[in-house]
Amino acid sequence: MEIPKSFLGYKRENGRAGTRNHVIILPVDDISNACAEAVANNIKGTIALPHSYGRLQFGADLELHFRTMIGTGSNPNVAAVIVIGIEPKWTKRIVDGIAKTGKPVEGFHIERTGDIGTVMKASKKAQEFVMWASEKQREECPISDLWISVKCGESDTTSGLASNPTVGNLMDKLEPLGVHLCFGETSELTGAEKVCATRGATKEASDKFMKTWSAYNDFILKEATDDLSESQPTAGNIAGGLTTIEEKAFGNFQKIGNCKFIDVLEPAEEPKKGKGLYFMDTSSAAAECVTLQAAAGFNIHLFPTGQGNIVGNPIEPVIKLTANPLTVKSMGEHIDCDVSKILSREMNLSEAGDELIKTTLKVANGRLTCAEALGHREFVMTKLYRSA
Amino acid sequence: MRLIYKILENSNKQIDTILMSTDIIIHDKKDNVGVVVIEKITPKQDCKCWIMENDSSVNIQSADEIPLGHKIAMIDLKEGDTILKYGHDIGKVVKAIKKGQHVHVHNVKTKKW
Repeated sequence: MEIPKSFLGYKRENGRAGTRNHVIILPVDDISNACAEAVANNIKGTIALPHSYGRLQFGADLELHFRTMIGTGSNPNVAAVIVIGIEPKWTKRIVDGIAKTGKPVEGFHIERTGDIGTVMKASKKAQEFVMWASEKQREECPISDLWISVKCGESDTTSGLASNPTVGNLMDKLEPLGVHLCFGETSELTGAEKVCATRGATKEASDKFMKTWSAYNDFILKEATDDLSESQPTAGNIAGGLTTIEEKAFGNFQKIGNCKFIDVLEPAEEPKKGKGLYFMDTSSAAAECVTLQAAAGFNIHLFPTGQGNIVGNPIEPVIKLTANPLTVKSMGEHIDCDVSKILSREMNLSEAGDELIKTTLKVANGRLTCAEALGHREFVMTKLYRSA
Repeated sequence: MRLIYKILENSNKQIDTILMSTDIIIHDKKDNVGVVVIEKITPKQDCKCWIMENDSSVNIQSADEIPLGHKIAMIDLKEGDTILKYGHDIGKVVKAIKKGQHVHVHNVKTKKW
């Protein structure tokens, strides 16, 4: 198949391109959710991103909070941002971070105004932003403007056999075209970590990966009251035939095809070394991982599933593929790309990779994903430790 | 009719597809387990297995009922043996397994953690 060289995206002020054109209402902290949701209810075409944190955090945990907030607002799938927080200082820090992209952003704080006054002021600005954004047209963008993140979930043995290798096939075909790629799931590479480390493009990248994985493994060994057999593999994984974390890891690892990763990113860190594949240190919980990848600037997500994970994200479209024919039959409304014919040998991996590329481009051009149509907007902040 | 048409149109590929259907897929020729890829296999079923790595085929008779996605032992395995899948170590046998039996959490455990 000849791979299209372009897609129709929204060009942003900083030179990036979006696959979506959202105006978001971003609460800085948990207690500002009500205000943000009220604004999104007032002004149609905007979306609020409520979450559970943002108060009394400190150190690396606070830095991650700011990085995730600023990164989410800066994502090219977002046209404009309203930031609402209880206090002026942290609100301004997030506004200033997002403003570096050149996109419209304005902050409101609730102290000394109250919810109702804040909702009124923020709604007026949100209306202005959404009407401005609605004039934007999709334009032809080079395929290298796609930043593709991947994460699998509710995996079973069909994931390792077919849907993960299909994603790997797509990576092998799109990497030479200059796209950015990202995989994560530090804990779920356990068992395959040494093999994964050999896939670093440089010794520096390999060493950085082993350091990241070891830190995560040490944390698990320190905190775990059992051997994690209750959570890795999950009950869903076991029902699907996966027996051990090692088996899950080697299946997971199929997602990167033959690509080599050029750098290892902190959670929600924006890649800085140009095109190519990156590994990000993330949890393997679906919504947390996708939220971090979106905050790093990735604008389209591929999500292979076995037993049928249903996750979505408010700003980054999440494309589901599966090779499990029972999942296609029983929960087809969640599946954007069916590659189950690989198992009956009616389709080979390259054909499946081509199908996934077609689906990815359709979604990049504006077709809704199943998760978008079903209203899945899971926005889940990663928290490193207790607040002060 | 449709099938005949397809055979006429693209004879080799279609005939291959019909003959190639499989009950079990094995990733790597070193693997001692395979994955069931039909809805389920029943005891004493003669199963066709496809080894992806070198595109070869073998046959095995099942000993248990095994559902889609679950693993079958390709050889006899004793306690302490290593399970190989993708050509890699994915855990240890904790209860002896006979060729053709179901391989899962009741007889295999992780070597990690």
